[in-house]
Amino acid sequence: MSEPLIGVVVTHSAMGAALVEAVRCITGETEPFVAVSNEGCNRQALIDRLQTAIGEAQGVVFVDLPGGSCYQAAAQLEHTRDGLKVVAGVNLAMLLDFVYHRDCTPDVAAARAVKTGMRAIRTVGS
Amino acid sequence: MRIDDRLIHGQVVVGWAQALSPDRLVLADDTVAASEWERELYATGVPPELDLEFVSVDEAAGRLDDWDGSSQRTILLVGDVDSLARLCEHSSQIRKVNLGGIHREGQREERLPYVFLTDDELAKLRALSSRGVEITAQDVPTASEIPLGEIL
Repeated sequence: MSEPLIGVVVTHSAMGAALVEAVRCITGETEPFVAVSNEGCNRQALIDRLQTAIGEAQGVVFVDLPGGSCYQAAAQLEHTRDGLKVVAGVNLAMLLDFVYHRDCTPDVAAARAVKTGMRAIRTVGS
Repeated sequence: MRIDDRLIHGQVVVGWAQALSPDRLVLADDTVAASEWERELYATGVPPELDLEFVSVDEAAGRLDDWDGSSQRTILLVGDVDSLARLCEHSSQIRKVNLGGIHREGQREERLPYVFLTDDELAKLRALSSRGVEITAQDVPTASEIPLGEIL
């Protein structure tokens, strides 16, 4: 892989932008990510918005809710184009980890994000 | 009965499902009904306790009476005004319609932040309304319901 992967955070409302800003607060990095909101979009409009944000790049599309409109648009794009993998249930832990693990294929990065994200969901002391 | 061009998504399976406690969710959409991949995609967000059915608009028209007479509470979803008009041609069982999300596309003009309609779509809704179908816009259960008469 020549270029590091990009991360596209696609969410309801401004959640994606807030997550990207939180990553910046913690790591100082914003360059890996683009945030996209579904505000005012039907599925095709959101797919168009995603296309514009991603361009020809390879990467992981992080969406908030499995089965929501962001998930559907991202899944449609993944279905029609190479070099993208969709991960649902985005959280801050998986984005922080992604910042430092982008020199791999989208499949590897997505599998890693799922593991990292799930490990971060726990009760205190568990 | 709801029109929403995002079809099955968060507002429907989270917001409205909490507010209405439906037993069944029916998506009447020709494209989705014909594609296994699309059906799987839309099924992803639906909680397992909700019966889910994918039908074409014509199939839905033939089954409206069954759903209406059943004790199961049903949310019926279509993606556009034309599908609603087709259903209403077949049956007078549709008495109330929720405009939940029809977004900018082609010649549509903004009527509400989440409702964009062409003049033709508006005329179709008016015609249904004059035949006694109650049509209101409301994106989420906590929003106020806006009658068709106020959004023209």
